[in-house]
Amino acid sequence: MDAIKRYFRSPAAIVGLLLLLVVIGMAISAGWFYPRDPLSLAGRPLIWPFSNPRFLLGTDNSGRDIAAQIFHGARIALLIGGAATVIAVVIGVLIGAFAGYFGGIVDTVLMRITEAFQILPNFVLLLVLVAVFGSTLTTVTIAVGIVSWPAPARLTRAEFLSLRNREFVQAGRTLGMKDLQLILGEILPNALPPVIVYASVVMAVAILLESALAFLRLSDPNVASWGNLIGLGRDVLRVQWYVAAIPGIAILLTVLAVSLVGQGLNDALNPRLKGR
Amino acid sequence: MRILNLAGRRLAASIPTLLLILIGIFLLLQFAPGDTVDAMMAQMGGGDAATARELRQFYGLDLSIPMQLGNYLWRLVRFDLGFSSIYGKPVATVILERLPPTLLLMTASLSFAFFAGLVLGVIAARGVNKWPDTLISTLGLIFYATPSFWFGLMAIVVFSVYLQWLPAGGFEDIGAASTGLARTLDIASHLVLPTLTLGLIFLAIYLRIMRASMLEVLNLDFVRTARAKGLDETRIVVRHVLRNALLPMVTLIGLQAGTMLGGSVVVESVFSLPGLGRLAYESVVQRDLNTLLGIVFVSALLVIAVNFLVDLLYARLDPRITAGT
Repeated sequence: MDAIKRYFRSPAAIVGLLLLLVVIGMAISAGWFYPRDPLSLAGRPLIWPFSNPRFLLGTDNSGRDIAAQIFHGARIALLIGGAATVIAVVIGVLIGAFAGYFGGIVDTVLMRITEAFQILPNFVLLLVLVAVFGSTLTTVTIAVGIVSWPAPARLTRAEFLSLRNREFVQAGRTLGMKDLQLILGEILPNALPPVIVYASVVMAVAILLESALAFLRLSDPNVASWGNLIGLGRDVLRVQWYVAAIPGIAILLTVLAVSLVGQGLNDALNPRLKGR
Repeated sequence: MRILNLAGRRLAASIPTLLLILIGIFLLLQFAPGDTVDAMMAQMGGGDAATARELRQFYGLDLSIPMQLGNYLWRLVRFDLGFSSIYGKPVATVILERLPPTLLLMTASLSFAFFAGLVLGVIAARGVNKWPDTLISTLGLIFYATPSFWFGLMAIVVFSVYLQWLPAGGFEDIGAASTGLARTLDIASHLVLPTLTLGLIFLAIYLRIMRASMLEVLNLDFVRTARAKGLDETRIVVRHVLRNALLPMVTLIGLQAGTMLGGSVVVESVFSLPGLGRLAYESVVQRDLNTLLGIVFVSALLVIAVNFLVDLLYARLDPRITAGT
């Protein structure tokens, strides 16, 4: 409970939480406020924001409601960001745990693979994956997860290295516990908290990666993704710059919210590391 | 001599990783629907099956997968990256043509992010928890959350469309055909916006790390000693603190090299710079596998090279760390 109190002592963490709640609220209420398909034509193209009360944020090049795309886009951003983060953390924790627990040749091999993924530029690898497996919502999400696992893996490995010879693990070993039992039941619960906090960084980067991919028109074109809308807005940038500006602000605020919440959690759970 | 020796050893150590990357990517590309020949035929507006078969034979695409992989690796050993069917030139030539803008952009962005991050981090750390610190830290958070391509587009709107101070894209003015200083200035003016765009996220990261490591070093004993000797604060920061606080910053350069190359794909597309990142994007769209593999190979080499330089720099900054271990 101390941790919760510490969390709410930081104004930045509170702002982050509020922002995140707004984004989640938008994602939940999207179908309620904008029941129609956000990618269907709604009115005249390129109506400026606040000039027509029916389209509060205006319309894009082909006359689709921007506000509807922003609300539905919140779903896509949270969905892709969340799912990709889960994939990255699960792969990372598995690889990091085995490498850190067993050490030796297992560690060397797994760390070589991690290194290979780290040497390859994330975004280039993402391009290759999307080119090969196509750009549906599912493949893009999995691809973003696959390029994001090395950092959680290194973090988990470091935790396992420092925990694997503690007394409670040795006690478990003398009791005759199997390796898998020790890894999952004893060490993992202790190693997980910093990894979970780090997941906010993974999620922020995942949202940015997907939006960049969508901007280059390599993500799923059939969903109302904020990045897609920015890519569209680029065609009319010189005069109707609001088409690109509005979804960009949505991405910025969402990523900011996720980072602030993550930082707040970090400060609340590791009070000694505050300010680092 | 020692450096050459070290370079050789580091290169040897990175060969297994490099091999792992190339084999992984090569196998991955086998899942790709369609191959280079399909893409070429589509570009030519279709063709008959006999031509396709001949082309496949010419490019060695009719061999078994292990044979193709073997061929590819054997050619890499001789630094032959193959032939790009889309560009009609050897891949190595295409990449070499596209490398300078990317290297220039990366160097400029890195220097900008490093030095601006250093200065802002020092200012924030000196006034910790006062208004300059709050302002700089908030800016850092916002920069970190800004999608770089969006920042680039907005910069084009403000600086190219409305203020008309800077060009909106391209590497240099075509037709100007200027030489010497005029050309340098022309290229520099084209690179200002891309540099700021690519450097933004890294600036945010560097200033945060600099602030944290400054705060840590400022509390160490030798700083207290320096203060007790009566040195003024500026001298303490410049002579004693900076050198020690720089270590984490330098480490980060190595870690971020790959991210920066990836970021240049997006930034080069926004500003239509004819660089390696744009080439990567084009070869994905056109399914030019040879070129894509070549780019992956060259990016991996670049990241390894940057990390090697970082190690050398590290040893200079902190003599306790000997390079090579």
